[in-house]
Amino acid sequence: MSETIIDAPSGVPFIDITREFDAPRDLVWRAWTEPELLKQWLGPRRFEMVIDEYDVRDGGRWRYVHRAADGDEHGFHGVFHGTPSPDAFVQTFEYEGAPGHVSIERLSLEERDGRTIARMHSTYESVEARNAMVASGMAEGMNEGFDRLDALLASAAVSA
Amino acid sequence: METQLDVVFGALADPTRRAILARLTSGDATVAELARPFAMTQPAISRHLKVLERAGLISRRRQATARLSHLEAEPLRDATEWLAGYRAWWEESHGRLDALLARLQADPMAPPRDGADTRG
Repeated sequence: MSETIIDAPSGVPFIDITREFDAPRDLVWRAWTEPELLKQWLGPRRFEMVIDEYDVRDGGRWRYVHRAADGDEHGFHGVFHGTPSPDAFVQTFEYEGAPGHVSIERLSLEERDGRTIARMHSTYESVEARNAMVASGMAEGMNEGFDRLDALLASAAVSA
Repeated sequence: METQLDVVFGALADPTRRAILARLTSGDATVAELARPFAMTQPAISRHLKVLERAGLISRRRQATARLSHLEAEPLRDATEWLAGYRAWWEESHGRLDALLARLQADPMAPPRDGADTRG
């Protein structure tokens, strides 16, 4: 059973995401590096993913936009660094809603018995920047299950 | 592999432990004080406190002969707020990637790559 594992320890500006996929490494690599495939999975379903550019090479630029049904847009862009490979795929990452705050994303893919473990390590400029980034737009993804848990815990009146 | 989020949710899954956390919002308390509202022995309460401590939801310290428990709010905020939304975003994307990878493996005529060569 595959589970998205997210580690965002307090006191350091990192996020680590680990996920196993039931596919060989070269296929997972294609899904991550070919724009026609990337746009079929990256981001919530409710957004249309529009890829402006995605030039997978050392110094290549990338930009994509998540467009909501109401026309609201979230743009992201950056540059790839180093020769991209499944062992090390490095890019800068900037959310256009928070300009000037740049993180570094590193992906590595490891194949074991025909399955692939993807490890993403993100480094933010500060703990505060990391916390702000994940608390902002992505928090819209909260579903009603979490809303119910939220209400339950609010009733226990946890103070700040 | 159990994540810290799993440990926190596991700790919160018990009504006695949730009631202990609610009591600690009024201030630190000893094991005896925490046991008072429940038909439960102090060792039983101590077992619950160990679970809460492991989840980072309380911290404990000695004061004279007593052990005081203190509510730590950060893991609760993490569990219910920003990390949950972030996790949901990635879980949805990874689920969509699972489906795409299954489609690509099932269909030997995988969709052609984009016309522009994306490899340098």
